[in-house]
Amino acid sequence: MTITKATTHISPNEQLIFERSQTGRIGYRLPALDVDEVELSIPNEFRRDDDLEGMPEVSEVDVIRHFVRMSTWNYSIDLGMYPLGSCTMKYNSRLNEKVARIAGFANLHPLTEEHDAQGALQVIYELQQHLAEITGLPGISLQPAAGAHGEMTGIMIIRAFLDARDGAAASHRRTMLIPDSAHGTNPASAHLSGFSVKTIRSTAEGLTDLDHLRELCAHGEVAGLMLTNPNTLGLFERNIKQICEIVHEAGGLVYMDGANMNALVGIARPGDMGVDVIHLNLHKTFSTPHGGGGPGSGPCCCTKELEPYLPVPRIVKSSDSTYGLDYDQPKSIGRVKAFFGNYGMMLRALSYTLTHGNDGLREATEAAVLNARYVAAGLIEDYDKPFAGAPMHEVVFTDKKQTRKGVHTLDIAKRLIDYGFHPMTIYFPLIVQGAMLIEPTESVGRQELDQFIAAMKSIAVEAVENPELVLNAPHDTRVGRLDEAAAARKPILRWKPE
Amino acid sequence: MLEAMGLGSAEALFDSIPGDLRLKRPLNTPAALSEIELLDRFEQMGARNAGAGRISFMGGGAYSHYIPTIVDHILSRSEFFTAYTPYQPEISQGTLQVIFEFQTLVCQLTGMEVANASMYDGSTALAEAVLMAERVTKRSKAVASTATHPQYLEVINTYVQHAGIHLELVPFDEKTGQSWQALAGAIDDETAALVVQSPNFFGCVEDLSALADAAHAKGALLIVAITEAMSLGLLKSPGACGADIVVAEGQSFGVPLSFGGPYVGLFATREKYARQIPGRLVGEAYDKKGRRGFVLTLATREQHIRREKATSNICTNEGLIALAATVYLETMGRRGVQEAAHQCAQKAAYAARAIAKLNGYAIPFTGPYFNEFVVRGPGRAVELLARLGKEKGIDAGIALSRFMPDRPNDFLVCVTETNSREQIDRLIQVLGS
Repeated sequence: MTITKATTHISPNEQLIFERSQTGRIGYRLPALDVDEVELSIPNEFRRDDDLEGMPEVSEVDVIRHFVRMSTWNYSIDLGMYPLGSCTMKYNSRLNEKVARIAGFANLHPLTEEHDAQGALQVIYELQQHLAEITGLPGISLQPAAGAHGEMTGIMIIRAFLDARDGAAASHRRTMLIPDSAHGTNPASAHLSGFSVKTIRSTAEGLTDLDHLRELCAHGEVAGLMLTNPNTLGLFERNIKQICEIVHEAGGLVYMDGANMNALVGIARPGDMGVDVIHLNLHKTFSTPHGGGGPGSGPCCCTKELEPYLPVPRIVKSSDSTYGLDYDQPKSIGRVKAFFGNYGMMLRALSYTLTHGNDGLREATEAAVLNARYVAAGLIEDYDKPFAGAPMHEVVFTDKKQTRKGVHTLDIAKRLIDYGFHPMTIYFPLIVQGAMLIEPTESVGRQELDQFIAAMKSIAVEAVENPELVLNAPHDTRVGRLDEAAAARKPILRWKPE
Repeated sequence: MLEAMGLGSAEALFDSIPGDLRLKRPLNTPAALSEIELLDRFEQMGARNAGAGRISFMGGGAYSHYIPTIVDHILSRSEFFTAYTPYQPEISQGTLQVIFEFQTLVCQLTGMEVANASMYDGSTALAEAVLMAERVTKRSKAVASTATHPQYLEVINTYVQHAGIHLELVPFDEKTGQSWQALAGAIDDETAALVVQSPNFFGCVEDLSALADAAHAKGALLIVAITEAMSLGLLKSPGACGADIVVAEGQSFGVPLSFGGPYVGLFATREKYARQIPGRLVGEAYDKKGRRGFVLTLATREQHIRREKATSNICTNEGLIALAATVYLETMGRRGVQEAAHQCAQKAAYAARAIAKLNGYAIPFTGPYFNEFVVRGPGRAVELLARLGKEKGIDAGIALSRFMPDRPNDFLVCVTETNSREQIDRLIQVLGS
């Protein structure tokens, strides 16, 4: 089978900046100091005496070439399909970038008095309104800086609510139930909030095991459930209402991990399902750029009942249409971050909801699900699909058909790089052996989906006819597979002079 | 495509969602705007932020510094800003090498041995440092002073409230504005860490070496927090003073104010604690052909492997802002960081000396300062500052009564290399008028 590569990799050489440094080179110019120099109040023993030795000395063009060369070693959404499951790598509009750089926002100090920051507070307020409508959960804080931070916030809210409701008896209610398919951040966030974790099994169908849930809830110490919906297998938890009822009857609350909201926006709302609190990922569903690992933004949305526990300050609108900060929230879990959160991401997300409009938000969801369905249908004969259910915005396959020839998920992912695609999420969720979680998002058209499917099919053929080719992939990248085990045994975490 | 899959309509895509859970109406959010309408709307909202256009002397955890033009150009490269966390090292070497350089620069500036790939910001980095000190020492008390940024203290309190850690606060010295003496005196055998901000919230530089000695004598760690990272261009590094964990807000390095975020938390420690560090780490690695590359490493500390036993729940961090700091630090380089810091300190000294001579004004604290200092005015600072903002177009500082009601006349003034002498003279003039 002949294949047209989606992209090819170029690979200029480039050292570390420290290896490029030349004594005496500079790449900046400041105005000359325009005040008379005086003896500072800082005594000599409090001052640096190392002259910052080792820090780079380079020119501006050195810096530009350094970073531009390094940039060519990266794959990116703008190069092509980036089907990382659970990560929602959708197009990051340049318009949103322009909005975030408007001087009235970019130059605004976070401790500006409220009356001098009305436009900035209005942005927060309006985005809050949109997200509350999208989730069906009216209480909202945009302060958390990322998904895991939003999880921590949500779980601390549950804890504060239970402590207030049950008093001393709440100390017996310290178990958080988490499905075996959950993101690792879920148990880590539960732990930060002082909960121990019990794992709920998934059924053969790939859904939460209701009987196991009932059994765990019968013990009485259940504080709540953390559930991703659609779950990390890409399946909608169709019993979600019943699941919430079981947890509520046991005296617990339901937290939803909103990582997969790209399957639901405009279609169904967590608040209508019985969910009490959710976090969203503005850097997934609302298209703010991932930036090679952040910044994110993890708004936390909750029911009216939980609203008093949200972080302070709350951003409120008064009857005269001015916006303000409300610190008077005695039940609040406290502040989770200095200032107001990752504000620049809020600007971009509001730009996203406004440019899409209510119709466009729904259409994006439809396209995201349609694309995942199309990939599911396209690969069904070549790869093992462990769950029969119709996937939502992402679909999981395994390497079961390929392992006979010694080809595993990692090898398939690496070979996909040779075809010019970023690989899918691999070995997650943990409950699926050799998992390949594919999320195309709405930002690819049929032509690119066909190209991706053709690449995957071609790899399936190669795995049988020429497994070595797959096992040694990738072949045309700047570096081959790196020895990660050796790197962890004797970690080198910084440059040092020879 | 629907046809190809035998689906009658887009509605059929959602058959797995029970009918009673489906939204049967359009979302109650606005209809779509065109690019022209959208930009107009945001420009109008931006124009309602009077504070953004003024001559400013505000600091308090967020600082106006010169940002070389190339920083935003590099950030805007698709290959950086539209990439994910570098899980596939073969096609993420750009991001990975940047982080390796970032870690190195953070080590050089802080005088520490190991730095991570970034935290959300300075405040959350500090809270994570306190949690880490508990893991390292197995002790449950942290001591900080009231001269720490009040919002940072709030964040620590939120993070430790369920971790069995008690945060004890000691008062700062009313004469010097410093807190190292009180902190050193408050340590006992239960103390996991002394937490000190330097320069502190009032801008005063603390005696870190004395604190390190005091902490180590009792088997505790010294955590140093820095909100004005530019001070590292002039002040002795916390590492050289004996600190065990250093956290900082990196916003001063090439990141716009942007109403408080996104910023970037710096986190550095000693090599012996590398396996207790929260967040991501990038390390050097080699392929079969012996080519050097970089990978995410020591992942067994992290949530995706250790789950509830992880050192932190952090996953997404502040990659792009760490890139901004890296481009900034490499552009300014060894000389530029020192020159910018020198100018900050000199201009602040110029302003402070002149303000001290004004009728009705005083500089209440005697401790050494870098580029921020407290001014005690003749009347209520909130009113004075509001008036100067509105009438003179100058944000002359931050009223401390917003955080400390018992200091009605005090305000915090910050001067950086971006403030020309003309601006400083104007500040002095309007304060005196």
